Amino acid sequence: MQHKILCKEQLSENVFRIEVEAALIARARKPGQFVIVGVADEYSERIPLTIAGAHPDKGTIELIFQRVGKSTAEMADMNEGDSLGYIVGPLGQPTHVAKVGTVVCVGGGIGNAPLLPIATAMKEAGNKIISIIGARDKGLIILEKEFAAISDELIVVTDDGSYGRKGLVTEPLAEICESVKPDLAIVIGPTIMMKFCCKTTEPFGVHTLVSLNTIMVDGTGMCGGCRVEVGGETKFVCVDGPEFDGHKVDFDQMMRRLGAYKVQEQKALEEYKHKCRFGLKNNE
Amino acid sequence: MDDNKMLEELLEKQAAGELKAKMRYEIPAQDMPVQDGTVRRSNVSEVALGYTELQARLEAMRCLQCKTAPCMKGCPVKIRIRDFVSAIADGDYGKSLAIIKENSLLPAVCGRVCPQEVQCQETCTVGLKFKDVEKSVSIGRLERFVADWGRGEGGVPQVAPETGKKVAVVGAGPGGIVVAADIRRAGHDVTLFEAFHKPGGVLVYGIPEFRLPKAIVAEEIEVLDKMGVKIVCNFIVGRTRTIEELMAEDGFDAVYVGVGAGLPSFMGIDGEQLVGVYSANEYLTRANLMKAYDFGKGADTPIAMSKKVAVLGGGNVAMDSARTAVRLGAEKVYLVYRRSEIEMPARVEEVHHAKEEGVEFCTLQNPKRIIGTEDGMVKSLECLKYELGEPDDSGRRRPIPIEGSEFILDVDTVIVAIGNGANPLIGQTTPGLELNKWGNIIVDDKCKTSLDGVYAGGDIVLGAATVILAMGQGRIAAAAINEFLAE
Ligand SMILES: Cc1cc2nc3c(=O)[nH]c(=O)nc-3n(C[C@H](O)[C@H](O)[C@H](O)COP(=O)(O)OP(=O)(O)OC[C@H]3O[C@@H](n4cnc5c(N)ncnc54)[C@H](O)[C@@H]3O)c2cc1C
Ligand code: SF4
Ligand code: FES
Repeated sequence: MQHKILCKEQLSENVFRIEVEAALIARARKPGQFVIVGVADEYSERIPLTIAGAHPDKGTIELIFQRVGKSTAEMADMNEGDSLGYIVGPLGQPTHVAKVGTVVCVGGGIGNAPLLPIATAMKEAGNKIISIIGARDKGLIILEKEFAAISDELIVVTDDGSYGRKGLVTEPLAEICESVKPDLAIVIGPTIMMKFCCKTTEPFGVHTLVSLNTIMVDGTGMCGGCRVEVGGETKFVCVDGPEFDGHKVDFDQMMRRLGAYKVQEQKALEEYKHKCRFGLKNNE
Repeated sequence: MDDNKMLEELLEKQAAGELKAKMRYEIPAQDMPVQDGTVRRSNVSEVALGYTELQARLEAMRCLQCKTAPCMKGCPVKIRIRDFVSAIADGDYGKSLAIIKENSLLPAVCGRVCPQEVQCQETCTVGLKFKDVEKSVSIGRLERFVADWGRGEGGVPQVAPETGKKVAVVGAGPGGIVVAADIRRAGHDVTLFEAFHKPGGVLVYGIPEFRLPKAIVAEEIEVLDKMGVKIVCNFIVGRTRTIEELMAEDGFDAVYVGVGAGLPSFMGIDGEQLVGVYSANEYLTRANLMKAYDFGKGADTPIAMSKKVAVLGGGNVAMDSARTAVRLGAEKVYLVYRRSEIEMPARVEEVHHAKEEGVEFCTLQNPKRIIGTEDGMVKSLECLKYELGEPDDSGRRRPIPIEGSEFILDVDTVIVAIGNGANPLIGQTTPGLELNKWGNIIVDDKCKTSLDGVYAGGDIVLGAATVILAMGQGRIAAAAINEFLAE
């Protein structure tokens, strides 16, 4: 199957959106699900990416990714007309979409990408949507327009105050828990942000869903590399998740496991950058 | 006496009808040539090099040609062992291979990975006579010899005229490969769906190169391709399309489910979430399928750069993990097993090779908890010593912990190789498919599931089993599917 990139867009310094051919996945996917991508061939790493949107009519899906390591750097260097090696999915349990009342959707950085289709589905199910989206600074806020379109209320926050309200997403979240008493919170973003959002909602008894982005290999429940501790039990994110009750997730452990290959990843990225600089990329 | 001469004389005697059983017993059992133990620690090439022609014929001459061929009863797919061995003795390798292929489609694989010592070689008369299974005729090595002799020469099996019927085979492990071949031969249109980016199942992601060269698996896949089997990778049945959709919308008349084992078990002890704790599946997949041993030299998937490794378990998977860790540069590899060495389910050959490569066996010991550093990395393993008590239900003597015998093994990586549960995906996404309490698919004696047109076999039915059992079930299922489609 071909996975040609039809459209590529840079959303912020390190965040890109691509629309890529994947007809069967476009048809089967539901909000909350993700894919595993091999950028080039059998030597590529298998990286999980959430499906940010799908166009079954065109047979395409949208992926939004952040340039962090070698594989995503390689992807960021690809252009319209290039093809990804393989895409497999859709993986994971879809979000349980239902009318619950008021839903507060909290997205941090790249987390806005997986959050958007979930928030949209929740809106379509008849919920009132309050969205809080945050980033370090103005340039890193992505998908604001899209969130504005589906939210009854949208709050934008930046750490440095360069745009919207200054501060962390947990501040407006606490206020909303206090005033609106939402029926559900959905939080997707960096692990540390999800951890503190869960700490924020817990005293108010607001049920909080998080979507976890652990390291993965197969994505079918075979390897256990994606495991996390939820409520004292070992869960596999790729088959049991990616969404879990945030009040039960052991985020500290998860953060450590995410950093397992820091040294190797850094080295691979440096080497890749070095090769690109010297134009060796295509004739290894 | 020189071996060539010995063979000549034996053949002459045999031709004259004068070769007595006693003379056959006197032929020395042929050792498998292997790569040197120290050298192979730092390469991933195959360890066992295979018999020479002379060795194979001498080994084959050891076979008594028993009338009842008890070896055959020990073979899960009932290969006509006596006859293929005798053809080797005669130097007629083509005939020998043809005999094997009547029952087994993957002899180059099975000759390498089957646990012969508990199958055909366990019941071999020669082994019984010497009261030593290691003295049995080396049926597996002989199978490998003829399979390798015929590599690349097998040609493509004949395919019957197209029937217009469509069959989906889910999972490209040994079971799926055999089913695809057998059904395609009957002229049906076969699509083999595989979740990974490469077909082969455990043969490519689990069993390491040094035990089963991946080129062999690739050749088998190529044969399927030449037969006209459509191979679709990166396709997860249950997610990309469900079985229901394949049958109701995509026109498949029958489905075979061979998705293998999943959900690796953990010990349930403290510290299993620490960085540096792997399931054997993850460790081996990173190393084999994802080529992590070439990280930074082309491959992008990392693996722990371990110095001291503890592998928990005593099966083939544990041996493969330990031996892989050695090749990835670990200085010390401990294999921690609760019972004693005789109870180890691993093949004797693997145990032997692991020892030669410097893996340290810590038997009658069991981990109690994994101790971590402040930043969440594995620091050491606390173990408890055991002794053997009375036999349990499985007939093996039950290991009993010795109170107060705790001690610490200094390690930075722990690989858990204590088995798998069933892959949950198909069960979760296929309404009406009956599973047992462990999540394995329930089938009848023709490998048919509770759904019409849906068949299953291999590890998803048997729990973690063997390549030959997966193949055997595949053949039964394929025959049943061909029969079902002929109706
Ligand atoms: C490390 C290791 C060493 C072993 N050593 C030996 C040995 O020495 N001798 C021996 O006899 N046995 C050995 N075994 C066991 C043996 O490999 C298995 O019993 C055998 O491979 C089972 O075959 P299978 O066809 O059922 O499935 P598998 O080989 O498990 O293949 C299943 C395939 O299905 C794919 N799949 C899963 N879900 C889906 C889905 N939803 N859609 C599409 N595809 C899917 C998987 O990716 C996989 O490729 C070993 C196993 C391991 C893990
Ligand atoms: S049991 Fe052993 S000696 Fe007898 S036929 Fe079989 S392989 Fe030969
Ligand atoms: S990624 Fe392998 S089990 Fe989840």
